[in-house]
Order: sequence, then C-alpha cells, then structure tokens
Amino acid sequence: MILIGERVNAGFKDIKEAIINKDGDVIKEWAKKQADAKADYIDVNLGTASAKPEDLCWMIEMVQEAVDTPISIDNNKAVMLKEAIPICKKPPLVNSVTAVEEKLNELLPIVAEHKASIIGLSMDETGSPKTADKRVENAGKIFEKIMEYEMSPEQLFLDPIVMPLKFMQDQAQEILKAASQFSLFSDPPCHIVCGLSNISTGTTQKKLINRTFVTMLIANGLDAVILDVLDEELVNAILTADLIMNKSIYADSYLGAFLK
Amino acid sequence: MQVPDVGEKWTNKINEVTIGATKAEGGTRAKTITVGGQTTLPFMTFEGEIPHKPVIAGYVADTVPEWPDVLKKAIGQEINSPVEWAQKCVKEYGVDLISLKLLGADPTINDASPSDCAKVVEDVLRAVDVPLIIWGCGDDEKDNLILPECSQAARGENCLIGSAKESNYRTVVAICKADKHKIISEAPVDINLGKQVNILLQDAGFDLKDVVMFQTTAALGYGFDYVYTIMERARSTGLKGDKLMAVPQICDVGGETWRIKEAIADEDVLPGWGKLEKRGLLWEAVCGGVYLQAGTDILVMAHPEAIKNIQKTIKRFF
Repeated sequence: MILIGERVNAGFKDIKEAIINKDGDVIKEWAKKQADAKADYIDVNLGTASAKPEDLCWMIEMVQEAVDTPISIDNNKAVMLKEAIPICKKPPLVNSVTAVEEKLNELLPIVAEHKASIIGLSMDETGSPKTADKRVENAGKIFEKIMEYEMSPEQLFLDPIVMPLKFMQDQAQEILKAASQFSLFSDPPCHIVCGLSNISTGTTQKKLINRTFVTMLIANGLDAVILDVLDEELVNAILTADLIMNKSIYADSYLGAFLK
Repeated sequence: MQVPDVGEKWTNKINEVTIGATKAEGGTRAKTITVGGQTTLPFMTFEGEIPHKPVIAGYVADTVPEWPDVLKKAIGQEINSPVEWAQKCVKEYGVDLISLKLLGADPTINDASPSDCAKVVEDVLRAVDVPLIIWGCGDDEKDNLILPECSQAARGENCLIGSAKESNYRTVVAICKADKHKIISEAPVDINLGKQVNILLQDAGFDLKDVVMFQTTAALGYGFDYVYTIMERARSTGLKGDKLMAVPQICDVGGETWRIKEAIADEDVLPGWGKLEKRGLLWEAVCGGVYLQAGTDILVMAHPEAIKNIQKTIKRFF
C-alpha cells in the first residue's frame, strides 16, 4: 500500500501560519513525523496561504531538508508545477488533474518530462460524477491521455472521488464499483488512490468510518491512499487488509515490523 | 504491428550479501563471494538485472556423513578429513565456497567439544582460500555451545553462519555481531515463520542486509514442491517490495538428497529404477537445477558429477 501523508497542508492552522511566517521547523517536524510513520509520499499543499510558486517551492525544500521521502505536490496549476517539479529530488506525484482535455494537455507534458506520476480525478468540467459509469468514463479519458503522452500505467493514480457518507450515502457503493473497474484498464494496472477522509466529513465516527471504508476499497483494488498516516489503527487496518488480499506475507509480528 | 512489452516490472531489489573477507578486509580469503542483487526472477534477464550468478558451496563435514558408498567413492578417501575434502572441493570441483557442517558435534554422533569444532573451522580456513559457510549440528542446545567458539575462531573471515531459528536466534545474532559474520535464518518449510524469524533478527539489531534465508530443503519426492513454492513466493514478494523477504536464499541439496531412499537404495531394493551410481547424482543435480529456478542463490552440493552438471547449467543460463 502506498501511503500519502496529508498533514503538510495549509488547511491545518499550524501549517498555514508556518507558511505565512516562513517557519520551516513546523513543516520539517510534520514531514519527519509522517516519514517515521512510513509515509511513502509527503503531500505538500499550499492551500489559501499563498499563490506564489516560490512559497510552494519553499515548502518542498523544507520537507526535503527533513526527510528523503518523495513529495506529492498538491497543486494543479501548470505555472506552479513548472517551478515545483524540477526541485524535487525524487520523481514526485502530482495531485491532481481532472478529465478535462485542455487541463490534461497542459499538465501531462510537464509530468511526463520529469518522469513524475499524477493523480487523475475521475471528474470532468461538469463536476463530481454521480455514478460508477461516469467515473469510469472520466478515468478512461485520463488513461487514454496518459498513453498518448507515452507514460506507463504505473505513473497514473486514478481517484474514484470519495464523497461524504453523511450527505451522499448512495455514493459509497458507486465509488467501490468504480475502483474495481479501474483495475481492469491495463495489466499491470494503474494505481488506485483516494483522499480517504472525505468519506467521514461531518460524522461523529470519523476514524471508524475511515478505516471501514478503506478496507472495502482495498478489497476493490485500492493500492494508494491519502490519509492521516499517524492514525495507527487506520494503518493497522490497511496492513491487515493487504494480508487478506494476499498482497503481503503473514508473520506474527507483521504490525510491529511495519514501523521498523 | 508493434509487439507489446509484457515483461513484469518489479519495484524492489534483493539484498546483496558478500561472504568472505580478503586480506585488505581483515580476513585471509583470496576472494569474496557476493550473492543477491537481482531485480527480477531467475533466468529472466530481459526483465531486470541479475548481477551475481548463483553459486555452489561444496558440502564438507567434520565427520563422514551416513552416505551411500557410491557417493563416498565418488568423493574418495578425502571424505575422511574435512581439510582434504575441502581442498578437493576447491581444487578439483571448482566450487565457489565451502559449506562446513559440524555434524560431529551432535550428541548422538561424536558429541565433539566446542574446541574440537573450532579447531576444524581453523584448519579448513587455513587449508582453502574460498569463503566459508559454517553450520552447527542442528541440535539447538549443542549449537549454542559450539557456534560461539567456531565464530571466534573464524573472526574477521566474514563467514555465513547457520542457522538462526525462532528458538536460538539470540545466540546466533550475538556471536555474528561480535565477530562480524553473516547469518542464515531458518524456518522449516513455513513462509510465515520465515518472515517472522527475519523480523526477530531485525528486532535483535541484526541488519537484514547481512542475512541469507534457508527455507530448509526437500529432496525431489519429499516435499520438494512445497519448498519450491515457498522460495518462489518469498522471492516474488521480495521483488514486489517486501523488504523482510528481499533476502538471498540457500538450499542444502547435497545434505537432503543423499538421505532419501531413491538416492541410497540400488536396483536390488528398487527394481526398475536404474543403477544407483547414475541415479543418485542425477537426483541431486535435478533438485539443484530446479531450485535454481525457484530462486536459490547458494546451492550446497556433494557429488562431484552433480556439481559439474549444475556448474554447466549456471554457465549456460545466467
């Protein structure tokens, strides 16, 4: 399972203040904590704190000073990515692009040039999809474009777009159906990813809902997730689901061994 | 029409483990042997790198094993002396390293003392200049007594010492850390336990980059397919990214083959099975060849003709 740590995000108050005050220590600390918890990527999100490429680059540099974990650049603007991708020491993951032709044509050449990967959101200009079929249709468009730019399926992380359970309860099943169909696009398949915490927005049982849903997604092909990597019970549920899917070999100390 | 690339793409690399130390490295070996480092399955050179060919370790014991006469004859009178046997393995059979089994320490065989065992290790190290694998006798309690002395006697030579099991790994880790040797981790035909032993070694502070896995070995007809499957699964899991399984593997083909009736009993006992003289060595060679495909990095072998056969296979296919 590819774990993408969500915490270096200006949506969190301490990160937003750190960006405004250029306090690198806060960012480094969160990068380190998530790397210690075995994040495979550190997601870096500038949010509304700034719109300047140099601020995004500064955040990336702070993370790279603290850890050598690859970066997930949480931004979809070409002008930002053109600056940010080249300073990444390891090929980054670009988060994200939608199934909009002009957007794909704008971002994919930059991503392909730097051998980076990209998260493809299965939504288009008409907004969030309501059905599994629409998700698959959108994902198919992105997949086709990836091939056109001679990228390999492993460079694509398809996102079925997770909707809040509390407000759109009928969507969860559509998401699961879509994920299982994404895995049929190619062999070897592309990655399937999601921003997990959307499912529990506004609920009183956030953690329980997150970890229940993630195991169901894993059963439907999910192999990457944007999450709170410090949520130990969530990560334990993911490791266990991977065993059940026969993706890793059981050993009595499988949970403890993960953090070593 | 363009032919699609259907090759597997693996994400991980098997650890590289070097056995032996030259003078410059604090030992007395003429050369070292490195195994592992693959980024693909055996023979699949078009899918990835296989930087080091599998190697053959010549089976040598401190006491003559209970082997059939055909094998003892094939090796010759040198089988009576571990020093001469090891020299013959290196000079005549051209093996890459020596696998020394201290069978004589077994309380039911000679109950040899720790200092006797250490002396054999010293003598063999002096007699040959290839790297050395040292195995206890298999009795945990006795091995805990002899391995520390043997390890000390070989200090600086960067030997591969076996084996660390769930029951005795602490002792083996302590001596290998103190005397800077590599470890064989052992689990009997049990992939889950195999992974667990590696976790235990890691928890005890031993770097898995210095470990070779031993899933134990079965001769053809005696659970061979189980071991094959485990080795293959361990390798593919390691290549997929499980760092606890991305470890080179060793097979004791010689030690296992020459215990089974098909390699011991001649035509008078097994009518229609052909002459034992040919059959036994073929049994060993076939096992060795197929374990190469399962993903072994080190084959411990006994019969000179079987060794020759596998050397040819390795030369031809790797």
